[in-house]
This record gives sequence, structure tokens and C-alpha cells, in this order.
Amino acid sequence: MSTLNIAIIFPFIAAIVIPFLYNKIRKLHIGWFAMLVSFVLFIYFARYVPRIANGETFANTINWIPSYGINFTAYLDGLSLILALLITGVGTLVILYSIFYLSSKESLGRFYTYLLFFMGAMLGVVLSDNIMVLYVFWELTSISSFLLIAFWYQRKRSRDGAKKSLLITVSGGFGMLIGFIMLYIMTGTWSIREIISMAGSFTDHALFIPAMLLLLLGAFTKSAQFPFHIWLPDAMEAPTPVSAYLHSATMVKAGIYLVARFTPIFGGESIWFWLVTGVGLLTLFWGSFSAVRQTDLKAMLAYSTVSQLGMIMSMFGIGSAALHFGNSTVSVVYTQATFAALFHLVNHSTFKGALFMVVGIVDHEVGTRDLRRLGGLVTLMPITFTIAMIGSFSMAGLPPFNGFLSKEMFFTAVLTIGEAGIFSLDTWGTLLPVIAWVASIFTFVYSMIIVFQTFFGPYKEERLEHPAHEPPVGMLIAPGILALLVIGIFFFPNVLGDYILTPAMMGIFPSLPAADLSVPISAWHGFRSMELWMTIGVIIFGFALYKTRKKWAFVYKLFPEKWSFNSFYSYSLEKLEEHSTTITNSYMTGYLRDYMVYIYLFFIVAIGGTIIYTGVYAFDISGNSSVSEFEWILVLVMIIAGISVLFAKSRLTAILLNSILGYGVATFFVIFRAPDLALTQIIVETVTTVLFLVAYYFLPEWKKEDVPRKSRNVNLIISISVGIVFTVIALTVQSGKLFESISGYFENSYELAGGKNIVNSILGDFRAFDTMLEVVVLLIAGIGVYSIIKLKAKKEDESVEDQ
Amino acid sequence: METLITILAGVLVTVATYLILSKSLIRVILGTAILSHAAHLLIMSMGSGLKNGSVPILDEGIGPPVDALPQALILTSIVISFAVTALSLVLAYRTYQETGTDKLDELRGIKHE
Repeated sequence: MSTLNIAIIFPFIAAIVIPFLYNKIRKLHIGWFAMLVSFVLFIYFARYVPRIANGETFANTINWIPSYGINFTAYLDGLSLILALLITGVGTLVILYSIFYLSSKESLGRFYTYLLFFMGAMLGVVLSDNIMVLYVFWELTSISSFLLIAFWYQRKRSRDGAKKSLLITVSGGFGMLIGFIMLYIMTGTWSIREIISMAGSFTDHALFIPAMLLLLLGAFTKSAQFPFHIWLPDAMEAPTPVSAYLHSATMVKAGIYLVARFTPIFGGESIWFWLVTGVGLLTLFWGSFSAVRQTDLKAMLAYSTVSQLGMIMSMFGIGSAALHFGNSTVSVVYTQATFAALFHLVNHSTFKGALFMVVGIVDHEVGTRDLRRLGGLVTLMPITFTIAMIGSFSMAGLPPFNGFLSKEMFFTAVLTIGEAGIFSLDTWGTLLPVIAWVASIFTFVYSMIIVFQTFFGPYKEERLEHPAHEPPVGMLIAPGILALLVIGIFFFPNVLGDYILTPAMMGIFPSLPAADLSVPISAWHGFRSMELWMTIGVIIFGFALYKTRKKWAFVYKLFPEKWSFNSFYSYSLEKLEEHSTTITNSYMTGYLRDYMVYIYLFFIVAIGGTIIYTGVYAFDISGNSSVSEFEWILVLVMIIAGISVLFAKSRLTAILLNSILGYGVATFFVIFRAPDLALTQIIVETVTTVLFLVAYYFLPEWKKEDVPRKSRNVNLIISISVGIVFTVIALTVQSGKLFESISGYFENSYELAGGKNIVNSILGDFRAFDTMLEVVVLLIAGIGVYSIIKLKAKKEDESVEDQ
Repeated sequence: METLITILAGVLVTVATYLILSKSLIRVILGTAILSHAAHLLIMSMGSGLKNGSVPILDEGIGPPVDALPQALILTSIVISFAVTALSLVLAYRTYQETGTDKLDELRGIKHE
């Protein structure tokens, strides 16, 4: 079954093709092509449903880096399938919606490239068995999310939102990577399936808890859990289809997927239980509480998404308690929380997707999504209203919508866990239903605000950009389908339960018998069930709070903006930039001398330090050839000339001293039996001297350096140190020959190259290519010299014309 | 001989480094020119012995040649360093024409003023 790998790569290929198609075909909206890709994938995955429901799983490996055990393994089980269906199914609907949402004036090629890029990355996350590959796809989703949020990059808020989401999710992802590496150290494998099969055998390892915490960091940042939720509201600067797709239905579920996927490994641990459940419940409460205060419809939906993600997260936390009991029948009771989590995962995608699309429609048609300006749209946009109502009521947990079912199951879960008698739940267990219930009341309140503030009350056309009317039919199809699903799932929940959710349960609890994992979903539990009364309580209190919300709005003032995580984020980012600028400016002085000092200091410390540390320095003059008096004099002359350059009063003296050095070197070449070098050196030295003289004719007089004494001393110390290190290395190298010289080879130059002059043969034959490139360097330098001089004349002409 | 040449090269490197660290552009260029002299002497002394043979030309009546490889390397290096010096000089000349200064601390750009 290699088609699974292809299914992951397919959207990437389509993403590459899109810009070319977009340039070729201008008449047809390019979105149709993207939708076709997504739809084909949806059908492809849907065909797996019966076989997955029978308990089959599919895997295929393509080798990537086999020596490190990192391979591109696609693995499809029930859990992956749910996400894969959501990614492709919601993807199809969102693209269909976006075709009508985005006008053809937008750069659509870019948009759909990013969108398909995301789709491929997200499929990669949920279908990868190898955690290294999973990590790569995980970061790719962050990158595509960044690109999509900043789609309207002209706006500063879009860029800021994109940056924020990238910084938060990628730092979390990086923590996750370290967690993955720790898992590898503990188990010796990158494969999730193999790690799961070893589950329980490494819980005593010192890295077990750190790995768990780092993994959760990745999951919490990605799924916008408290306190990392702050990126999600800012991500709403993206075009609405993107918000509906990435930031509500799919990408933010990646963290939840990760938690679900790793439940068999970490579940049953008390830290895992409390972190996942606690953070989830806190997020649920804080998200719904913050949502009520929002005036922007999209921001409200963003907080509501945060809150709902927290709810799903907490249910996975509660469900993980089942693993504490091992393979006993007791544990089965708690697995139903996980079942509810999966159920709500699907439900949330349907109703929240529909709601985002409705908000997009309102924004698109009347030009604003500010709740203070909206009102009375019910008669003008009846179909939009109906979809909004279905979505909101489902979110609030009312029948006959799917949200009611999962919300009831959520209440059941928080109620039963209190009786488990583990993880000190006896003391804290009662708190869970209370938090859940209060948060549900706020959820009810903002759901009502979305429906009643937008669609009822006075219609204020003068406050809107455009008069309200229904959108084109195409825009209503996608949210309409989702709304139908919301109702359909309520009436036939067990179809979804049996075919999709139960197989996924087998993926999360591989150790438990499959028959026990199936939970029949029913809407009615009788009058004596606690859940029913909790729902009724939510409705009563929620309605009361909704009606009186102006009176208790002062509560929000108790949480000043200054102390929020948002301002903490902005503050730290601002300070980080400030300090890094200060630090960078402190050493990037723009002054050549300083940069050279850094290089020389590094040379002295690294090379000199190594020589001293390893003690390799050696000094041996036994192999030296003799020195005649004439050579002594020559060396002495050159040393004196060299040092005198530093004290030269005029530049002419300095140049002549340099010439002495050059001709001195030429004389040494003669002594060292190198006639070619001597000739070349004499010619080059002559030309260089002339060049210096010509240049000096145009340059200012050589002035005495007004360098402070202190920095002159520093320069002197550095120079002498460099000279000493240089000499010590050279002498050390001369004293010990590690390898045989290769020069003997070239002495056969007459046989090998037909040249009697060995030096010429090396340059002209053995290393001819080098010599050719050397000529190229000369040519380039020549062109450089010519054009630098030539450029000036042209510039002067211009300045003459300016006058 | 080798040790002597190496010490000479070391002195030249010291002088060159000091010139490169100075403020004036022209001194820096002079420094690089001296540095290349030092490098040539170093390469020369790195071969398998100085003066221990005859000129590296294979001809009758001439004994075994000295190490020819360093000579070939130096020949390339001489030409390249000449090109570098020429280009730097023209660059200094142009810089002075444009900005009216050859002081490196005055050429730091707008950001540092």
C-alpha cells in the first residue's frame, strides 16, 4: 500500500503545480483545482472507512535516512483516519467557500499554494508513524499557518499575528522535538507503534517525565491551550476561510491529536492526567469567559475555539485515567471520556466551521463584524441566520444538535471521574464538574450573543459599509452542508460512533478489548440523570447572565490588560529586540580595525591556545642548511626595512621601504634557486611600486596617526602576538614532517608533461586549470580597476549637468 | 637558514598586522602587501629544504633539483597578490575622490553617526 505515502505528497505536488496553472488559466477560478485535489483525497480516505472499522490498519515505509532509523512511514489507523477525513473533508468545503469569498483580484495562486501546502503537511502529521518525520510535518504546518495568516501582508496586524503564531508554535514544537529525542533515548526507536508496544517498560527512566512535559509543551502551544492561547485570537487576521480551516478545524487539533496519540505511552500517569485535564479545563473556562467580552465576532469565535479545544483536551485527560487500571473492566468506564473527546472533536469541526463561514459571510456582505454595529439581519439574511443559529445552539449544547450529545457526555465524564479514587481525586474531584459547568454557562452566553446581537435587535444600515443581503448561493453551500451534518449527527450519532469513533478508540487504547470501547450515544438519559439537570441549569443561568450581561461586565475590569499574557508577550519581544540591538551594535562598530582585532584575537586565542594546551611546539635547527654572511646581511636589512615602515615620516619612504622588502624577497628567490620567481617578483615589485606612487599622487599626504596611546599599545600587543604565534607554528611545522613530500612526483615532468622546467610544467600542465582561473582573477581585477576609474568620469558628467 | 627565514617572515607579519590595524586606508593596503611578502617567504621555507639542490630545470650537467612545488605555488600567489594590491589601491583612490577622506573611522557609514 504505497498509495498512503503518495496521498501525503499529492497536495505538495498540487501546490507546486498551482502557480503555473494560475498563470496559464485566468478565466477559471484556480480554487476549483485545489478543491478537486482535496475532494479526491477525501474520497480516497473515505474508502478506507469500512476496512478501518473492521479493525484493520495500514502502513507503508519509504526509506529516508535508514542509517538513523528515520523513515517516511505512513500509518493509517482509526485515529489518523478521523483527522485525515476532517482535513480533506473540511478542506474541500472551505476551498469551495473561499472560491466565492476571495475575489479574483487577490493573488489566488499564492493562497491556494499555501493552502495545499498546509493540507499536505497536516496529513503528514496525522499519518506519520516516525516521530522525526512527524516533527518535520508539524513544523511545516506552523510555517504554512504563518504564510496564510500573513496572506494580506500589507497589513501590520496580519504580519504581527503571523509572527506571534510562528514564535509560539515553533518554540513549542522545538520543545517537542527534544521530547521526541528523549523518547528515542529511552526506547531506541522512532516509530510510534514500536514505542507504544513498549509502553510501561520505561516509566522509571529519568527522562520519562521531562519527555512528557516537553511533548505537552508542543501540544499545548499548537492547540492554543492556556497560557499559550494568545496567538489564536491574533491569527484571526487571516482570511476567514483560513481561520475556519486552520485555526478551528484542523491545525489547532494537531496538539489534541498528539495528546491522543501518546495517551497509550503516558496515560495512567498522575502528572499527565492532571496536566492535560487541568490545563484543558482552565482553558475551557478562560476561553469562554474571555469570549463574552469580545466585540469582534471573529475574536469571539477565536476565544470560543480556544475554550472548546480546552474542553476536548480535558476529556482526553480524563480518559487517560483508564490506563491506570490496566486491562480491567473498571477502566472501560473512563474510556468513554476519550470517546466523548473524539466525538466532540468531530462535532466542533462541523459547527465551528459553519460559524466561521457565517461570520465570513456577514463580514463580506455588510463590511463589518463589529457586534456594536450589527443587528437585525434576520429578515435580510434568513438562510445565513438559520446556519448561524444551528451552529451556535449546537455550541451552546442544545438539542437537537450534535453539540448537545457531546456536551452531555462531557458532563458524564467529569461526574464519573470524581468516583475513580485515584490521583487524589477524592479531594479535587468535585471541582471538575463545577468548573465544567460554569464554563458551559459562559459558552451558552456567547453563543446567544452571536445569534441575537447579530441577527436581532434594530437594523442600523447607516452603521454598515454595505446594505445587508444574502450572499451568492455558492457561499452558502459549504456552511449549509456543515449545518446539515450538525443536525444529521444528532439524529444518527451511532453511525459516526461505530464507523469512525470506535476504530479511533482502538488506536488510543490498543491494550483494551475492542468490544468494550464502543459507546452507544443516546440523547435521552431519563429525568434522573444528573447531566440533564446540568444542561437545564446551564440554560437557565446562561439566559439570566445573557440578559444581565451589562450589569456584570465590570468583572472584566478586574483583570487589567497590563497583567495579561498578551502584554507579557509583547513586552518580552520588545525588550528582546531592544537588547539584541544594543548587543549587536556594541561589537558591530562599522570600523575595520575592530573587526580585524576580533579576527586576530580569535587567531591568537584559538591557535596559540591550542599550541600551548597540547604542547606540540617544537624547535629543531638540525636540518637547516647553512647561512652565508651575505644572507645574514640581507635578512638584517629586510628586518630593519620592515620595522622602519612603521616609523616612516613620509609615504614615499614607506613605499621605498616596501620596495626594499620586495626586492629583498626577489634576491632570496635567486639564492633559493628559483629563477622564475625572482624574475616575476622583480617585475611585479616594480609595477607595484609605480602603482603606489601613482595612487599616492591622488591620495592625501601621509599624516601621523592620531591614535590614542591605549589603543596603539593594544595594536602593538596584538601584532607581536600574531607574529609570535605565526613563527611558532611555522617552526613547529618545519621541525616535524608528518608526511612524505609529494614534490618528487613533479620531478618526472619531462616524462609526464614533456617540460624540462619543473615549475613551468606544474603551472602549465599539472595545475593548468588553476593557472587558467588565476588568469581569470587577473582579468576580473583588471575589469574592476578599469570600471572603478571609469565610473568616476560618468559621475562627474552628471554633476556637471545638475549644475 | 629555514629558521632565519621563518623569523624574518614573523617580523614581517608583525609589521603587516600593525599596519592593517591602523586608521589610514593606505597603511592597510601597504600592510597587505607586506603580508604577502611574508607569506611567500613562509611557503618557500616549508618545502623540503632550502638551497639543497640545483635550479629545478631538468638539463644535462645539473644535479638533483630543489623542491619545485613551493615555487609553483608562490608564482601563483605573487600574481594574485599583485591583482589584490592594484584593486585595493584603485578602490582607495575612488573612495578618497568620493568621500574626501582615507580615514577608516570616518568611513563607517550613516548608521554609526
